[in-house]
Amino acid sequence: MSKPKTIIDKIWDRHVVHKEENKPDLIYIDLQLVHEVTSPQAFEGLRMKGRRVRRPDRTFATMDHNVPTIARHIINDPISKKQMETLQKNCEEFEVPLADINHPDQGIVHVIGPELGLTQPGKTIVCGDSHTSTHGAFGALAFGIGTSEVEHVLATQTLWQAPPKTMNVKVNGRLSPAITAKDLILAIIAKFGVRFGTGYVLEYTGEAIRDLSMEQRMTICNMSIEAGARAGLISPDETTFNYLKGRRHVPKDEEFDQAVAEWSALATDAEATYDAMVEIDANEVEPQVTWGTNPSMCIPVSATIPAPESAKTDASKEEIERALEYMGLEANKPISSVTIEHVFIGSCTNSRISDLRRAAKVVEGKTVHTGVRAMVVPGSQSVKLVAESEGLDKVFTEAGFEWRDAGCSMCLAMNDDIVPPGERCASTSNRNFEGRQGNGARTHLVSPEMAAAAAIEGRFVDVRTYLTTPV
Amino acid sequence: MEPIRKHKGLVYPINRSNIDTDQIIPKQFLKRIERQGFGQFLFYNWRFDDDGNERSDFSLNDTKYDGASILVAGENFGCGSSREHAPWALQDYGFKVIIASSFADIFYNNCVKNGILPIQLTEEQTSELVKKAEGEPFTLSVDLENQVVFDDAGFEASFEIINYLREMLLNGWDEIAVTLTHEDKISTFENTKA
Ligand code: SF4
Repeated sequence: MSKPKTIIDKIWDRHVVHKEENKPDLIYIDLQLVHEVTSPQAFEGLRMKGRRVRRPDRTFATMDHNVPTIARHIINDPISKKQMETLQKNCEEFEVPLADINHPDQGIVHVIGPELGLTQPGKTIVCGDSHTSTHGAFGALAFGIGTSEVEHVLATQTLWQAPPKTMNVKVNGRLSPAITAKDLILAIIAKFGVRFGTGYVLEYTGEAIRDLSMEQRMTICNMSIEAGARAGLISPDETTFNYLKGRRHVPKDEEFDQAVAEWSALATDAEATYDAMVEIDANEVEPQVTWGTNPSMCIPVSATIPAPESAKTDASKEEIERALEYMGLEANKPISSVTIEHVFIGSCTNSRISDLRRAAKVVEGKTVHTGVRAMVVPGSQSVKLVAESEGLDKVFTEAGFEWRDAGCSMCLAMNDDIVPPGERCASTSNRNFEGRQGNGARTHLVSPEMAAAAAIEGRFVDVRTYLTTPV
Repeated sequence: MEPIRKHKGLVYPINRSNIDTDQIIPKQFLKRIERQGFGQFLFYNWRFDDDGNERSDFSLNDTKYDGASILVAGENFGCGSSREHAPWALQDYGFKVIIASSFADIFYNNCVKNGILPIQLTEEQTSELVKKAEGEPFTLSVDLENQVVFDDAGFEASFEIINYLREMLLNGWDEIAVTLTHEDKISTFENTKA
């Protein structure tokens, strides 16, 4: 028998086009996803050198970062408009398929890839976007790249990459009921910090991971980059195959069975070893809320805001002080006493149909707290349609939420969906960096359930007690 | 891409860790479709107040750092978003070398692809450089061929960089052109395995 291997090594070995001493490997890229913000300069680069897109059939583009989520045909900002028109023009010129703002497939790039079945186990997938790690949930090797690399892949369908180091992120035990993938990944980053994954590809393993639905797995892999890892993945299993079956770009009938056999063989071998390992107990994980300005500055909802003197390894005393000041928070106060003005349910982390269903369950029959502006932004137009067919839009709007069209929206506030300076937002997105949701905006990352409960109460509450004690 | 072999320049220190690309170039400036002209927006929210006036409490606005071409920072520099606008902004502002005690992976690559030299030193070394540069105007020399950084007062540190990236920086390669010399292999791969 050959040496036991991790899924990471297996995918890598299958994609090496050229190997040379003292050089990274030249690896083949199966799929490149493209969006409007990180691609214009890449297409321009091709044009200047008279190069073409090598494989338009392995390239797929959409518009998400910049698009308005309301009255979407009126784009007020001329520079945004130009950026979208540029993508349109580039896709026409280079014959790249595009789900533009009028297309029913339009949505956040990391939501639509899986939805359309473009994302599949064993593929190498890149996009000029750091949350490309999301696609790892399917057992794909998926990572974010810069615009120069986007251009390189457009022109050659390959990248020079050193083989990655591998890390097993082992999640022991099981999550308690009502604890979500978002709480788990936040707890992992809180425990090991924002740098532990740098230089590695993470594989999430363990019973708690196996229990997760595909959409929850995407939430986990999505935030690998917040741990410093360009890619994070999960070996494919029945959950993966059931999700993929029948999707547009997935093989059908006998070919599907054949694909499943190949995909199953990708899973990490029992005896395989990793370059590193970290472990966490799922049983311990509580609903999480970030209090600071990076995702590791995160505590259980039952906890108090840390004091600078409590500085551990990942954040120094000065960093905590600075974060508290930016966030307008007082040390040692319970995080549940913090009131909010905004709630954002959306982003490539938490805007899929199951996220919206779970949030709607919390909201049903209740009313958004006075003084809170709450919005739901589905991850794709197709998620939006399904949600509407189930009446979720009514649940949200009747409670006082805004119900929007698909896009990145308030996750990075590049369009008009902005949190004003000094105001506070409970957000299901992935980055609580300074200014991320608007200059001076204060972001607290939470799960969709926790965001929904915060919208109703106007402050952070433990969604577990909330679900059992109706108000 | 401009080759870089040796460089001597004024050092700008920024004594923070986890400086993310949202800070290096905030999202409102990512809408431009050109590669040039991002320097004016570098560290925008730290450099300017809400009315667009320079903030006196941010050191890059201090005239003693005018013309700085080497930036020194703490750990995990360039984390977060993959936006290449971050190295474009740094380069357009005038930075040619970034020294940090560690870098985020995507940012590191993005620097090299644009001819910016990212240098990883130990935390001790970056702290020493930060301290020196916070005082009198401080210049540093970088020699990529010999993989060493030094000043006129006895500081010297060697650094690692993988050979391929070093060659690329030294020669200012067009990486796509290099790759296309392997066109036959890519085609064979596509015909047999992809
Ligand atoms: S939703 Fe946010 S994190 Fe995801 S791709 Fe859009 S901007 Fe990036």
